[in-house]
This record gives sequence, C-alpha cells and structure tokens, in this order.
Amino acid sequence: MTAKLEAKSEPTATRHGYGDALVALGEAHEEVVALDADLSVSTQSAKFGNRYPDRFFNVGTAEANMMSIACGLAATGKVPYCSTFAVFATGRAYDQVRLGIAHNELKVRIGASHGGVSLGEDGASHQMIEDIALMRAMPRMQVVVPADYNQALAATLESYERDEPMYMRFGRPATPVVYDEIPESLGDGVDVMREGKDISIIACGHMVWRALEAAESLEREDGVEAEVLNVAIIKPLDSQAIVESLGKTGVAVTAEEHRVVGGLADAVRQVAAEQHPVPVFAVGMGDEFGLSGTGEACMEHFGLTARGIADRAREALVLKPIVSHPPLHGPEWT
Amino acid sequence: MGSVASLARVHLRSVPEPTPPPTSGDDVLSIEELERWATALRIDCVRMLAVAKSGHLDSSLSAADILAALYFRVLRHDPERPDWPERDRFVLSKGHAAPIQYAALARRGYFPQEDLMGLRQIGAQLQGHPDMLRTPGVEVSTGSLGQGLSMSLGIALALRLDGLDREAQVFTVLSDGDCQEGQTWEAAMAAPHFGVTNLTAIVDYNHLQTDGTTEEVMDTADVRAKFDAFGWDAVEIDGHDMGLIVDSLQRSRAAGQPSAIVCQTKKGRGVSSMEGRFGFHGKPPSAEQAEEALSELEARLGEQTAALQSVEQPPS
Repeated sequence: MTAKLEAKSEPTATRHGYGDALVALGEAHEEVVALDADLSVSTQSAKFGNRYPDRFFNVGTAEANMMSIACGLAATGKVPYCSTFAVFATGRAYDQVRLGIAHNELKVRIGASHGGVSLGEDGASHQMIEDIALMRAMPRMQVVVPADYNQALAATLESYERDEPMYMRFGRPATPVVYDEIPESLGDGVDVMREGKDISIIACGHMVWRALEAAESLEREDGVEAEVLNVAIIKPLDSQAIVESLGKTGVAVTAEEHRVVGGLADAVRQVAAEQHPVPVFAVGMGDEFGLSGTGEACMEHFGLTARGIADRAREALVLKPIVSHPPLHGPEWT
Repeated sequence: MGSVASLARVHLRSVPEPTPPPTSGDDVLSIEELERWATALRIDCVRMLAVAKSGHLDSSLSAADILAALYFRVLRHDPERPDWPERDRFVLSKGHAAPIQYAALARRGYFPQEDLMGLRQIGAQLQGHPDMLRTPGVEVSTGSLGQGLSMSLGIALALRLDGLDREAQVFTVLSDGDCQEGQTWEAAMAAPHFGVTNLTAIVDYNHLQTDGTTEEVMDTADVRAKFDAFGWDAVEIDGHDMGLIVDSLQRSRAAGQPSAIVCQTKKGRGVSSMEGRFGFHGKPPSAEQAEEALSELEARLGEQTAALQSVEQPPS
C-alpha cells in the first residue's frame, strides 16, 4: 500500500501528507470515506475525491452537517475522514463533533488543515489558535499534530489502525522535513529528535523544525545542550517520555503555533506539576488573535521562530539553578 | 416521606396489560391495534416520568402515535438482532422525547420492561437523552437539537454504499426546535443533492416549545413548503391520525427521493390537562398529575381494548 508513498526531503506542507495518505487508505480500505466542506483543494481531500467519487461527499460550506453526517456514516460501519480548516472543524462544529463523534466513541477522523497563524494572509478569522485546547478538553478525543510531511503521512495511515475519535492538525505552508523517512509508527507520540542534558525543548507541528534550529544556535552560541522532543500525539500525552526528559534536564521550554492556554504548554505543565515540578516556559500565542501577513511574517510577529524559542530557553536557563531541583521520587520516572 | 409514598403509588399501581395485542388476522397490526399501542406507550411514559421526577412528558406524548406506527408496524427490525445490517433505522432527532422511544423499545423486547423505571437514574441504561452506547435499539446519540437529520443522512449514505438502500429506510423524528436549528436545513439541502432515496423525515410539529408557542418564540411557519422547496417529497398530515401516519410512512419508502412528513400534533396529546397547553415542557408530572393522567389513559386503553374485542376475538 505504501509503495507509492514516498518520503519527501524538500519542504512540503503537512496537509499534503494527509491528502496523499488518504488516497492510499481509500485504496486499501473500502469502508474509508471522505467528506469536505468546499475546501477540498486546500485540505487535499480532493485527491481522494477524484479517485473515489462515490465515497466522497462535499457538503458545501456546512461544517456542522458534515460532522453529523460523518457520525451517521461511522455508526453504519464506515470510517469517515472529515476535512476542512481547523477553525471550522473545531469552532463552528464543536457541538456536532462532541455529541455525534466523541461521545459516541466513533471512528471518525477530523483532518483539519490550516491550523495556526502560518496560513497567513486570510488573517484572524481563519487563523485557528485554540483548536488543540478545544479538542484536548473534549472527552475521548485524541489529538495528533504531525511535525512534517513525512510524519503527517505516517499519522494519517496509522489513524486507520486506531479506534478512538481523532483530531489531526495540519498546516498550510511548505515546511522543512524533520524526518528523513516516513516513520513506521507514531509510537506513543513523543520522539526525541535530539538528545541534550541542559534543557528540554518540547515542540509540536511547525515548531519542531524551529526547535531543532534553536537547539543548534544554543549549542553554537551558548554551549548549551538542548534536548528536542517532538510531541505528535498531544492527547493522550506520553507523560513518561516528558518526565524522563524533564528529569534529565530539569527545565523546559514548550513551543507551539497555538494558544499557550490549553495547548501543548498546558499539557506539559500538567504533567510537570504533578510528576516532576520544574520550570516549564512556553512559546506560543498569548491572549490575542492573529492578523494578516505572509505566513512567515505572522510567525515572526508572534515570536514563533527559532530565535523566539532560543531566547525563551536562555531565560529559562537563568532560572534553572534557582528553582530546579533533582527529580522527585515518583513511580512514573524512577 | 410523603413524596416517596406517592411515588410508590404511581410506580406500583396495577396497569392494564396491553400484551399480547389482539391480532387482526394478518401479520400486521390493524390501525385500531396501533392506536391501542400508542395509548399503552403513553401510559408507560407517564409512569416513567412520575418515577424519574424529571424529563419531557408532553414532548413524548405528541410523538406517541408516530412511534407506535413505526415500532409496531412500519419499521423492519428485529429486537433479537439490534445490529441486523438490513434493518430500517430510527433516529430520534428530538432526543428529549426519549421516554416514548424507550417505551416502544421495551414493549418490542429490546430490553426488559422493568428497565423503564430506571429512566434518568444514576447507573441506569436509560439516559435523559438517547445514548447509542448504553441502550440497545438506539442507532445514534441525540439530544442536541438539529443534528438528527444530518446523522440520518449519513446513515442513509452508508446504506447506499453497502447496497442496502432499497431495503433499509432511515426514519427520523424532528421537533419544532429541530426546525429552528439551521443545521436541519443544511441536511435538507444535502439529501436531495446526494440523491438519497431512503430517508424519511417526520416532523412532530406540536407548536409548543420551552419559552412559549413556536409561533411566538420563532415561527417555523410552513415547514412542509420548506422541505418541498429543498426538493423533498413533502406532505402534511394530522399527526394523530394513525391511518394517515401509517400510509404516509409506507408511501415514503417508495418515493424515490427524500420524504418529509409534517405531522400536525398536539403537545401532551392524550392527557386533557396537558394537551396543547403551554408550560409543561421539561416538567415531570407531580404524583397527583400522574394519577389523573393515568386514570384518563387507562380508561381509554380499556375502551380501545373493548372495542377491539367486540370486533374480533383474540385467538385463544
């Protein structure tokens, strides 16, 4: 099945990984169906629709209808993949996702593209920066944020193998790859991309390649050895992997293209607070909406850059000797 | 303790046993027998709500005739095999009327009759609104208005993909409130567009909602014309005329397009003190109101039984 799926080495959007994998899933599994709400070229679900028109339902701009139709399809044995922009998938259709999909524990996959501010010019109305928070808070919903094309492809393929309701966040711009190959599996969802002993940089999605750049500059300019973690499955969070890294470094910075409230930062802080209390600084969106500009200009504007991460790490490192301490003794990390 | 004693009175009082129904000689129940079942289901609802001290009684009563027609005659289903792939599907979009569906499911043997008295109690399978994970016979969970028609459309599309759309019809019951939700009209637009032929929307148009009459709160006006304009086969009938209900439901199977049956109904139908009157939405009956309602409904059940027996004797 994966024969036609090839790893990319040049910058590619994560949404393309979703679209390419969706076609492969359609070929392999007759019960896979896809729905879209008039954004199928942007979300990349059109690739599936062109190949399997009988199993593709474009509902027009009616996201609520799409999610509830998916509920009915899944309750009757299909495996629906619902695509639209993150803002509409989670904001506009929250109640439909909540009751029809999550509450019913149905195998529906929401493939949301254009997450975060990097979609650029369309501005605040389209830049969804609280979708991870909404989907994390929703009972029984899994939250997946792949870091690059190759992992997006793997995540989409793997989504078929899992039974739980799942929200997958993809992005608009082409971004550098951080995996050389298509990963075989997402495992428990946390990959150590680079080992280090001084500070943990815990990132997701578009911030992972920036975190790796930040780690390089920290090493080059400060002699700091940063460990970089890619959290592709934010819920359920592999807390053991987080605590292991915190135990090693004693201080962390999270990085996400999303509100710090309810996002990756809060997920990590929750684990840290209960299992290994060390400082966890955050890079992300504050109490503010996005704005128009090129995607990269938007990222710059909000400090969602390698330099932003490195600067935050330097602040955290100043505090480290004051507030950090050796690991506590708890069952999860001893 | 007074309230417990009066509850017990409602719970434990003897109820005329409507099973087995007299048969009309065919393998389907007659219109008179269906009417009798509708009364029996109404009695179940009053008892359930009186014991639960919570729930939507009048919304359940307005749909009793529709549910009796479906569960006792029209639906192709098998309580022994709730997951039979070729079964007709039923979705209660107006999920707050769950008691009437629970009563029908219990009477058809999906679960024991005694379970009805667990309605809305902690740990019981009968949730306040239908829950597909907890209750056999519930196809999808509902309760948030406006979602049921879309869910039913999804089921209809899946059945078509499975090549079962000629056999299996999807029936869904909507409320006035469902018709005020924009999503219902998203689904109304989509069903003809996708060319589904096995979907029947039944509107239990009872003209009352939580804050007042539907006309006062937000007039849904000519619902039949709205479905018609979206390209549905749309009819309007008296939603308490069993003959018309059965005919319309059966006819919808052969319509070759999505069908809407707008049923003009009265909220609280069958209980004089409640029928068509505002102020009972979501309010369970007091023990006294329940006693009064049961007396009226049981008297009707007795009359209906007597009338049936005078026409035709049940087989011994």
